[in-house]
Amino acid sequence: MKVAVCVKAVPDAATGVGLDPQTGRLDRSGEVALSAFDSHAVEEALRVREAAGAGEVVVVSLGPERAAEALRKALAMGADRSVLVSDEAFAGADLLATARALAGALERERPDLVLFGQQSPDGEGACLWAAVAELLRWPAVSQAAELALEPGAVSARRQTELGYERIRAPLPAVVAVSDAINEPRYPSLKGIMGARAKPQERLSAAEVGGAVAPRTAVLAVGPPPARGERRRVEDGAGAAEAIVAFLAERRLL
Amino acid sequence: MTRGALGVLAKARSLGEAHGVVCGARVRGVAEAVGGVVWVADDERLAAPLWQPRVDVLARLVREEGYDTVLLAQSVLANDVAAGLAARLDAGLNWDLVDLAVRDGALVGTKPALADAVLVEAGWTSPVRLGLFRAGSLDAAPAAEPPELRAAAVELEERSLLAELVEAAAAGPEEAGPSIEEAEVIVAGGRGLGAPERFALLEELAEALGGAVAATRAVVDAGWYPYQAQVGQTGKTVAPKLYLAVGISGAIQHKVGMQGSGTIVAINKDPHAPIFEYADLGVVGDLHEIVPRLTELVRARRS
Amino acid sequence: MRPADFPPPWRDEEAIAAPGADPDPVEVDVAVVGAGPAGLAAAIRLGQVAPGLSVAVLEKGRYPGAHLLSGAVVRPGPLRALVGAFPSYGEVPGEAVYLLSRRRAWRVPTPPTMRNAGNVVVSLAELGRFLAERAEAGGAAVLPETPAVALLVEHGAVVGVRTGRGEEVRARVTILCEGTAGHLTGAALSALGLAGPSPQTWALGVKEVWRVPRPLDRVVHTLGWPLRAGARYREFGGSFLYPLGREHVSVGLVVGLDYRDAALSVHDLLQELKTHPLVRAVLAGGERVEWGAKTIPEGGFVALPRAFHAPGLLLCGDAAGLVNVPALKGVHYAVESGRLAAEAVAAGDPASYDAALRSSVLLRELHAVRNVRQAFAHGLLRGALVAGAAILSGGRLPPGDRPTERDADQPLLETGRASAYPPADGTLTFDKLSSVFLSGNRSREDQPSHLRVAERVPRLVAEAWVRMCPAQVYEAEGEGERVTVRVTPSNCVQCGAITAKGGRLTPPAGGSGPEYRLS
Repeated sequence: MKVAVCVKAVPDAATGVGLDPQTGRLDRSGEVALSAFDSHAVEEALRVREAAGAGEVVVVSLGPERAAEALRKALAMGADRSVLVSDEAFAGADLLATARALAGALERERPDLVLFGQQSPDGEGACLWAAVAELLRWPAVSQAAELALEPGAVSARRQTELGYERIRAPLPAVVAVSDAINEPRYPSLKGIMGARAKPQERLSAAEVGGAVAPRTAVLAVGPPPARGERRRVEDGAGAAEAIVAFLAERRLL
Repeated sequence: MTRGALGVLAKARSLGEAHGVVCGARVRGVAEAVGGVVWVADDERLAAPLWQPRVDVLARLVREEGYDTVLLAQSVLANDVAAGLAARLDAGLNWDLVDLAVRDGALVGTKPALADAVLVEAGWTSPVRLGLFRAGSLDAAPAAEPPELRAAAVELEERSLLAELVEAAAAGPEEAGPSIEEAEVIVAGGRGLGAPERFALLEELAEALGGAVAATRAVVDAGWYPYQAQVGQTGKTVAPKLYLAVGISGAIQHKVGMQGSGTIVAINKDPHAPIFEYADLGVVGDLHEIVPRLTELVRARRS
Repeated sequence: MRPADFPPPWRDEEAIAAPGADPDPVEVDVAVVGAGPAGLAAAIRLGQVAPGLSVAVLEKGRYPGAHLLSGAVVRPGPLRALVGAFPSYGEVPGEAVYLLSRRRAWRVPTPPTMRNAGNVVVSLAELGRFLAERAEAGGAAVLPETPAVALLVEHGAVVGVRTGRGEEVRARVTILCEGTAGHLTGAALSALGLAGPSPQTWALGVKEVWRVPRPLDRVVHTLGWPLRAGARYREFGGSFLYPLGREHVSVGLVVGLDYRDAALSVHDLLQELKTHPLVRAVLAGGERVEWGAKTIPEGGFVALPRAFHAPGLLLCGDAAGLVNVPALKGVHYAVESGRLAAEAVAAGDPASYDAALRSSVLLRELHAVRNVRQAFAHGLLRGALVAGAAILSGGRLPPGDRPTERDADQPLLETGRASAYPPADGTLTFDKLSSVFLSGNRSREDQPSHLRVAERVPRLVAEAWVRMCPAQVYEAEGEGERVTVRVTPSNCVQCGAITAKGGRLTPPAGGSGPEYRLS
């Protein structure tokens, strides 16, 4: 049972204040971590491998060299190998370029199951799995809150706006898991220390079928949509009255 | 057709010639209700909410009819369809759009980014352009013309039929009152309520305001409130005129389900709750005192 | 009435355990507890002189540096010898010492111990991140979010540590570099009989980092206001203002925890200090970007452990009390002690560390100023006189070793001092809760409490804890002579003050607590 998990390295949640020390500048702005959503996917892959009794879990990612650090967390959790597609050519990769790179790496790996986390915290990875599945010509199921392996197939219970439904797809298949599916394990100390020794492969653009130009473009970046001033009421008597006044002002009452 | 999709269609029609597409089984009635030119892909094989067959239908329409732009309103299904279609057509996809315009002959989408910290203008470099819109970002408008239905061919590839629906979503007993997606006022409760009985307070407030009650995933998981009321990444996306978040911390999984609301009022005892970063009015205080008092005041005002 | 009369429900034996609970322990040659300057110096040095040894550095903060806080002005020699260049804000551009009154400031000559020519200004949190990278480059495994909660002892020797998640790290040598009020160090000192002749005492420092429109051109220290000089108050300490480059300033107030006024709050005194014209002028037009608090061991030479080595165990840095209070220096001591510990281990003779440390210049310096801090128990003036004599005589005066007294043994006074604390205006002065937020503290609310304090105490003792804690962890509930102490552990920034003044800090869940970046 070979499971591949596509993950993304995202900026670490702790924000840094940009400083210029007079000697020895230390740039921490690029600190990366494994996306919280992807941790669920890695965890599920580990459970699938455990349920199957044997198998391999490979984490795959597209990103700069620094992303290797985030992949190491997945290795520390128990993944066996990591594959990082890293190449100058992928700077500014959009959905399609990313999907193609991942599909290229996955074609080399030939896994039985590919897992994705549902969404990255910065919202950038929307529905990557469907694009990847389309390129691989495999079925895909998203929003899986529960996964079960059957001989030659995967059955997923998923959440949609209408409730829960169950979808079955034959392997090989792509599944995007929601954060409701599991509680990711903490890497054990042994896991963390052992991660560095695990195979960590690098792939260039050429090895995954080349990089394509982005099909979308950012034309301008501007200040946020004015939501109007944010107001605050600290408690004391009168909070309810303040709300009523506010709503009346906005003609909502 | 959902309110969201109707909004997108209205916007598209305001920019040029735009046609709707409805996919499913026995959906002619839905298509007729939309008004104007609507393609109908009516087939039993489209009954299940699976994305790949829809990609086949849309890809074919684009190729055969020469559409250069395909727009969808975000939903669990639509998101998968859009991404799959982008890969099929090698087309650029911009998502999370809140607006669309034509500038110097080019289509330009607007989307918030970086947790709503900036507003981005996004364009396309591919001949076919795909766009996914945030729910509730655009208002529906009645169609100018009477309905004109066109039959879309449903030719599905074998691989599109590999996945099958084993168990349909149980449409549980709907609550009395407006469904949360259509409600103009929503009073939502989270873990901060402390106990399931507290939802009674919210129901009274919602009733006074003429709105619906919603819940976060945490309390739905805990069994405090039914799944149909769940707002958030794994529940429904709503965009009412007024969203009252009571005892909700406002983590991103919830935020993405209601960020399009007109006005957001948050009541929470924790002054550092993330919801205060995007609420229009943040009230730090004890909801057990504030909510009943608010209900009282609203009732008094309304009578 | 003294806080020591109401001891916490804690015995140091709780932090000593037999190995064997973990069926699959990690095994390394050297386990270093704490990724601060001492621990990382040890790890780096081991990588240099004994690259074949496996080294694990356990750090309870979310990342190395998250729990590091200081001013700081550092003597660069030991660091340069160890790693070459390191991130700093440059050499001290100039310095000045002031005696403050409520409204005025008098420049006084810089005491010889405080001269900083040739020293460099650093952010300790930044330095920690840098040193951790170097330690890893040298082969050490740095393991953040991993507190060490118990020492594993077998047949009278330390054989490793147990982590907060119950995992065991077995090591031939364990080097404790936990910093101030170190948890395992405290247990080792009492339960393994390593404590020195006099008890350790601490000071509490509360500091902020500000972004300022005009650069500060000198390192500033102040004495006097808002602390009171009278002997009955025992308020020893002062403030600092350090330029962090051209755009930031580090400002803080340090007060000995042997103070007696139950209403004394270092955080609030810092807010008061900022209203002084001298300080206000430096911060005017600026913005507060970070806040934090940490204790500093002040016992000096007489409070050092009786031995820095026990079978399988070495003690370094602030945890061992290696801080020179009159010089305000501890970082380079930590680095030196870490280096010496590593060299002893690399030579196959860990016990030799004790002798190496005792014959080093560090301990000679500490010995020379061994009685200075104690003199201030009798007020600012007498303290200054005795301190002067001690410094000028190189430690020969006063003769002998003056003992220290436990901070928790100081009787509490009731004063109306709190009425003078400035209300928080949100621009210059701030309340504790918003300050905790600015420390990056993201502790989970549902964590069990890691703080041990007596639950029912007299009102005055509770008030002392409430005011003492810079993070507003403690609240007094109830009317009458005895009140109930309520604890909000998620606010805790793990400064260690409670350990000094009647309670006991133990390590909370790994990764929780502050996330200092510039402190």
